[in-house]
This record gives sequence, C-alpha cells and structure tokens, in this order.
Amino acid sequence: MNNIQQKTKELLESGACTLIIGYEKGTGGKARPVFVRKAEHAAKLIFDESCDQNIAGYLYRQEIKNESKKAIVANNHTLKSIVELASENQIHEGDFMVLAFTAEGEIIELKSFEEIEKHVATLYHGLNDEDKATMQKIEAMTMEERWGFWENEFSKCIKCYACRASCPMCYCPTCTVEINQPQWIPVPSHTLGNLEWHVMRAMHLAGRCITCGQCAKSCPLDLPIHLLTYKVALDSEQYFDSVAGTSVCANNVLATFKTEDHENFIR
Amino acid sequence: MERKLLTKDSYKLLISKIISGKYQLVAPVKVDALVDFRRIKSADEITEDYIVTVSSAKSVAFPRNEKLFGFEKNNKKLEQTDFDFDSIPHTVLLGVRPCDAMGFASLTSIFCWDSVDKIYTTRLERTIIIGMSCAKADASCFCTSVKGNPGNTAGNDLLLTKTPDGDYITEIVTEKGAKLVAEFYELFREDKGAEKEPLLANVPEVFELDGILAKINSKFDDEVFWSEQAMRCLGCGACAYVCPTCACFDIQDESHGKTGQRVRCWDSCGLSLFTLHTSGHNPRQNQGQRWRQRLMHKFSYMPDRLNTVGCVGCGRCSRACPVDMNIAEHLKSIIDN
Repeated sequence: MNNIQQKTKELLESGACTLIIGYEKGTGGKARPVFVRKAEHAAKLIFDESCDQNIAGYLYRQEIKNESKKAIVANNHTLKSIVELASENQIHEGDFMVLAFTAEGEIIELKSFEEIEKHVATLYHGLNDEDKATMQKIEAMTMEERWGFWENEFSKCIKCYACRASCPMCYCPTCTVEINQPQWIPVPSHTLGNLEWHVMRAMHLAGRCITCGQCAKSCPLDLPIHLLTYKVALDSEQYFDSVAGTSVCANNVLATFKTEDHENFIR
Repeated sequence: MERKLLTKDSYKLLISKIISGKYQLVAPVKVDALVDFRRIKSADEITEDYIVTVSSAKSVAFPRNEKLFGFEKNNKKLEQTDFDFDSIPHTVLLGVRPCDAMGFASLTSIFCWDSVDKIYTTRLERTIIIGMSCAKADASCFCTSVKGNPGNTAGNDLLLTKTPDGDYITEIVTEKGAKLVAEFYELFREDKGAEKEPLLANVPEVFELDGILAKINSKFDDEVFWSEQAMRCLGCGACAYVCPTCACFDIQDESHGKTGQRVRCWDSCGLSLFTLHTSGHNPRQNQGQRWRQRLMHKFSYMPDRLNTVGCVGCGRCSRACPVDMNIAEHLKSIIDN
C-alpha cells in the first residue's frame, strides 16, 4: 500500500479527518480530484506525476467549508495557491490539514501556514522550458505578429470559462463578466469579446498567479492563455519584486503602493 | 440501403469538386495539437486522425454566436434589419462521426418543439452531412449505450466507411445524399459488397439505457446523491459547449453608438448564472442541482417530452471536462445505487 493510502486511512479511522480531498485514477488513467470520506475508500487515493492539477480551489467551496475536519493532498501548485489564498484571507489556518510530499516522495503533514511557506520556499518557481520557449517566441514577434497570434488564439475561445472555474485565484462570487449594467465584457464568444475577457482575467491575476498553468490545462481548445497570466507574473516579479504564492503576509502588488515602486511603465 | 464505392482517388476528387462548386466544405482539420471542424479550401487540409473532433458539428446549424437581427436608431426612428436567410451558406459537412450526426435529431427536436426555429432549420436544410464511420474509439466513447453505434447511418445523408484498401463504402441514407451522389455520379463506382462490421471500432456498452430511463426520475429528490456526484464539478460550461445536443442559448443585445445587433449565443445550465432570477433568488443554488439538471434534461425531460434521448455517447463532455466528470460513469451509478 502506498503511503498516501496508509496515512489517509489512519486519519479517517482515527476520526482526525472526515474528508480527504485528493486524487484518484480517472478515465483513461488520468488523475482527477476525489473526495474520500470512508477509511475503506482511502485505497482510491493516488499521488504521482499525473496528479498535476491544482485543487486548492476546493478549499473555499461552501460544501467543503462546511466540513469541519478535512485534509487536502497538496501538490506543489496547490501548496503555492494555499499560500496565496491565505494572503488574501480566503482560507484560514487550522481549517484544514495539508498533506504534502518531500522531494523524495515521502508524505509529510504541514501543520501551519509557516511550515507551508518554508516548504514552498524549497520549490522551483520559474516556468518550464516549453513555456519559456513560447514566451520568447512571442516576445520576439513584432506588434502585428503578436496581435495576429493572439487574435487567432482568441478566435477559438468558446467562453466556457473552464479557465476561470479551475483557477483557485478566481474566487469572486460575482465575476466582472457577469455584471451587465454596464456590460463590461461582451457575453458572446466573438474574437473581440474573448480578447477582452482574457486580458481582463490576466490583469485581475496580476501578482496573484502562481504559474501553475491550470487555466490552459483546463481549456478544451488548448489555448495558451496561461502565458498571459505568466507574463504579468514575471512583470510583477521584475518590477515589484512580488512572487505570488511565496508569503502568507504578502501584500498584493496591485493593492499596495510603495514610494520606491517603479513608475517607468506609466507613459 | 443503397451502397456505392468511392475510391481513395475519387474521394479526393469529390472534395475538390465540392469546394470548387456551390458548397462550402467543413471538415476535421488539425488545429495545432487538436482536431476540429473548419471550413477548408483544399482536400489536403483534412485529417482522418481523430476519435472525435474537439467541438461537435452542431455549430453548422447552431453557431456559437449568431446575429438574429440588426437595429439602428436614426433621429427618433428605429430601423430594424431582419435576419438575412440568403446569408446561410450551402454546406457539406464531411467527416462527421455517427454520434455527432445522431445529435442533430436531438437538436431539431428542441428547436422545433413548439414553434419552428427557422434559422436553425434553414441552416440544417442547407447542410449535407457526409459521415465517417469510426474505426477507433477511446475510453470516453459510449455510443452503444445510447442506441448508437460506430457505423450508425442515422442523421447522415451519406455515410462513408473506410476499407483496408483506402476506399470508402458509401451508404446513401437520405434523398439529399442521393442527390449529391447524382451530382457527382461519375466519381462513384458499384459497391463490391465488402462487409462493413469488421471495419468498425469496438465500443463496449457501459450502461443499460432502459435502466437509466426507468430509474432517473426516482433519483430527483436525492440531493445527497447529486451533490456527491457533482462534488468535483467546477461549474464551467465546457461540457455543454462541446456537446452535440446541448441547445441552451442566451440572447444578448450588442450595440455601439446608434447601431447594434441582437445575438444568440451558447449558454450552459452548468453555469450558476443560468437560472439566477432578477430578485436574486436562484432555483438551482448549488452545483449538485445544476449537474442533476444536466443529466435529467438529457435522460428524463427529453425522452418524456420530445421522445428522444439528449445524449449520443460521443464522450466529448468527459474529454473536455477539466476534472473528468465522466458522464457515462455517473449514469451507470444511477443504476448501481
């Protein structure tokens, strides 16, 4: 038996937990989120490279919030999102247990936000090689080429909002796209409306995106929309020294003013 | 059913002739790593390397955004431009999977329920559907569980089945299909009577449809059952937008200055805003209730009222779902519970 199964079985048996949020094997062998309430179901739980999905967003769902003793099986993306969500007061210390893994694959319980922060500090925060290469390719484009690139991508968007739904940082009870007086963002999924939606989304995630890429992984049309929020994340780091998902006490870059802030981007 | 044979060379020629004629041709093409329907200009653009396209074929008759009419305010007078039926192109839709083709019957039952949606019906009337039988299936396919099969002719005008030689057995399903064959008669040969069955994918039956239809209504009030099923559902619209039978739409006015247009665009019962009243009350307050609506609509309301099941087993919803809400698996649990 895998140590995740053993550990969660014990937690459920002892009554320390009544709900485990984790991963199980889904269709065609891919991993998917699962909610385990009984010790005998702990055997469903898995944790391997396929468990790539960021599942931190479940922590603030009303049905989950109502559960008093819960634990989340957190991959590195989920851990960073927990830190970021904590910094925005969306989740609170002690409301849930966090089960994480060492680099060697050993299961550990992170008992406080401080411990999560310390663990996160040991993780890699940059982009993967493929994303770096695509970012460089886009940045090397002329303004017209870049416009063409995104126009083509946005023309494919069906506005299913899977990107929004799967992003742990998109927690607003009412999204801007749902406000219709005035209608800030067009409802139909035409190219212009799609562009407005994705640019708005990227801006709202400025300094908050932990670069997990879940938005793009969730996109049924495979749009590389994660690159938009990544770009803003890189800018936040470069200009304001802000890396999302690293500090529970961090102030959001767009909600903070410091006298030493760069202003050279204002033209 | 009358059959003809289309050799691989004639197949390409047929595509070229369709393109250079009065039709626009929509077919599966590779869009980066995915395969989706696009209007094509050359036979070389078509791919046959797909289980199903990412999006369903429904947008040919029910586009994701559609201008219903235009309006313009001049002084105090409002002028309206009606829907231009002439703008609807004559289309040949090629490479449609049998599941997708079957989906049009469900869509039509909704769009022609009490009044006939003339825009939808005209679009469909002007579309000739050339289906392509499935030689491959994946873990998300379950057409055989909803009375379909990988070589099902229903909903197609012509159905092609590729033989090991690369030729296509052509089944002439409808009058429309027969007309197209007559239009390009020189390209079709006499059928050699090759067996079609061995060329089709094996799609195992996941659940027994009659069992679901008999039991689903009794599950309506079981809130715990539905909320457990929908626990991981994120509440996006991916499943509905890729679905060949989901027909829900929103009506939006888009205006700029003195001109504007009324647009019909896709909507989804999975989204929380879908049933939100102006009073602030939402009759479907949680995702469990919204997920129940999705399944009940397809497996209870449509069979009861429109005499059709609202699911064709293409499995697109499951493939598109960010959290693998496998619909077949969830349906099966209705029988098992």
